[in-house]
Amino acid sequence: MNNTQTSTRPATAGATTAPLAVDAVDLHKSFGGTSKGGISKGAASAKTVKAVDGVSLAIKPGEIVAFLGPNGAGKTTTIDMLLGLSVPDSGTVSIYGNTPRGAIARGQVSAVMQTGGLLKDLSVRETLELTATLFADTRPVDEVLERAGIAEIAGRLVEKCSGGQQQRLRFAMALLSDPGLLILDEPTTGMDVEGRRDFWTAIRQDAARGRTVVFATHYLEEADSYADRIVLVRRGRIVADGSAAEIKNLAAGRTVTARLDHADQPALAALPGVDSVSVRAGRISIHTKDSDAVARYLLGHTAAVDLEITSNNLEDAFVALTGDDAPAPTEGH
Amino acid sequence: MSAITTTDRVSLDRRVPAAGGLNPTFVRIEIKRLMRNKRTVIFTLLMPAVFFLLFGLSNKDQHLPNGQSYGGYILISLAVYGAMTAATAAGSMVAVERALGWSRQLRLTPLQPAAYIAVKAISSLSLALLSVVTEFLVGAAFGIRMEWQIWLVAGLVAWLGSLTFAALGLFMGYLVPSANVMQLLGPILAVLAMLGGLFVPISVMGKTFGDIAKFVPTYGLGQLARSPLTGDFDWMWIVNVVVWLAVFTIGSALAFRRDTKRV
Repeated sequence: MNNTQTSTRPATAGATTAPLAVDAVDLHKSFGGTSKGGISKGAASAKTVKAVDGVSLAIKPGEIVAFLGPNGAGKTTTIDMLLGLSVPDSGTVSIYGNTPRGAIARGQVSAVMQTGGLLKDLSVRETLELTATLFADTRPVDEVLERAGIAEIAGRLVEKCSGGQQQRLRFAMALLSDPGLLILDEPTTGMDVEGRRDFWTAIRQDAARGRTVVFATHYLEEADSYADRIVLVRRGRIVADGSAAEIKNLAAGRTVTARLDHADQPALAALPGVDSVSVRAGRISIHTKDSDAVARYLLGHTAAVDLEITSNNLEDAFVALTGDDAPAPTEGH
Repeated sequence: MSAITTTDRVSLDRRVPAAGGLNPTFVRIEIKRLMRNKRTVIFTLLMPAVFFLLFGLSNKDQHLPNGQSYGGYILISLAVYGAMTAATAAGSMVAVERALGWSRQLRLTPLQPAAYIAVKAISSLSLALLSVVTEFLVGAAFGIRMEWQIWLVAGLVAWLGSLTFAALGLFMGYLVPSANVMQLLGPILAVLAMLGGLFVPISVMGKTFGDIAKFVPTYGLGQLARSPLTGDFDWMWIVNVVVWLAVFTIGSALAFRRDTKRV
């Protein structure tokens, strides 16, 4: 009996190793005087910009991942490579075990791009009808109109739609193929508050159905509120990868404050994990990666009272990890 | 509505569409877009018909050396002009689509490049056919009489020959980075029509222009389309059509490949 049980285990394990939604390995992409620079005017070839410089990303089915970084960090370039819109200089991409093009042909991945991509002389409904005919299997046009909240403007020409309405239309187009993986590049740009809330409600519902969502954003609160996992990019490299809480800790840990007269600042600064110690208005404030050790010390070895531990917010982490004076990214996370 | 069950899960077991995404709805919407463009309708359907009423009708009762209607000669020439303008306009729409990022959007769908080109060819031919039929209906309504075989063969040549210009439209659409490519192409087409003998018969153009005409893309097509009426035929006309079709097709194929690589 035991034997049969153990022999079935590998089979069960095999079933759970479904292909990753995204498996990108060591992507590199440069712009400017690249290999075919024979045509360029010599000097230009020196100005090669490494837009993506060694990005590896493994995303499991069902994850909601925020791709967070300042402008020019390489988010859109990476997304283009995931979608097969551009070819990496080196590295490989596979989407559900297929090439990007193969995954697109099967309707397994779709994307909402930042701008463009719409014909002005078509109505909202016609745009969706046309897009729907290009896939083998699609959801009904009326259903995606409803989901994207544009059913009442279905007859409107695209050129008469506001920026937010056009963005909803792009979202509706991406929903048509009911993709396993949805890639969104700054998805809520141009949407008002209500539109943004509706949008994320729809995304959450989809995630419950097993849809994987990768979205690029520079809105910290969007990444914090809606992503299971945040991938922080800076200058074409991943500088942090984890849950919002993990990222916050990564940057500067927590801040421990307490009321303490005559604090022995050098002793506190010597505690493991402490970054800085300051005193203001009778309260001591300690930035540390190990808030437990500091709290234990303060309560056990000093007269500190009224102790508080606060998490640094994501913005602190964002600035610390992606700012120009941030340390160069190291391997691993 | 919010009752999401496990059976409603997103499926990854998917098919690839047949024919690379080529389908009748796509073609229908493309033609609808062409007809929505007032400028396209005016230049491809109305203008050739108006040209006939202005310049052809007065010659209705004159005759060619072989006794056929000279008005018919002008009518066929203008049908060729209408068809080529229509096909070029339809082909050059890729310029608009590239400028709007629609070409890029289509690359996020299963649509194969060959199917996209096929849709462009079909919509170009559809608009060209509409232009030829409109021209011929106007001619017939205003008293042009020819044998039915002449109507049929001349119409078919004018229509199918417009593929050369669909290729020209695509070529320019990929080459010119502007949505207003037809504002550039319109005058060029008019000059080509003039030099190739669609507005004025070659025989009255004089020696120099008559010699130049032989190398113009509209020449072979015009001569071939009028051939059932004039009874003349020359293999060089076929050569002219084939060479220009090859030039524009290869040009658009190269421009297309450059475009897809860059996006």
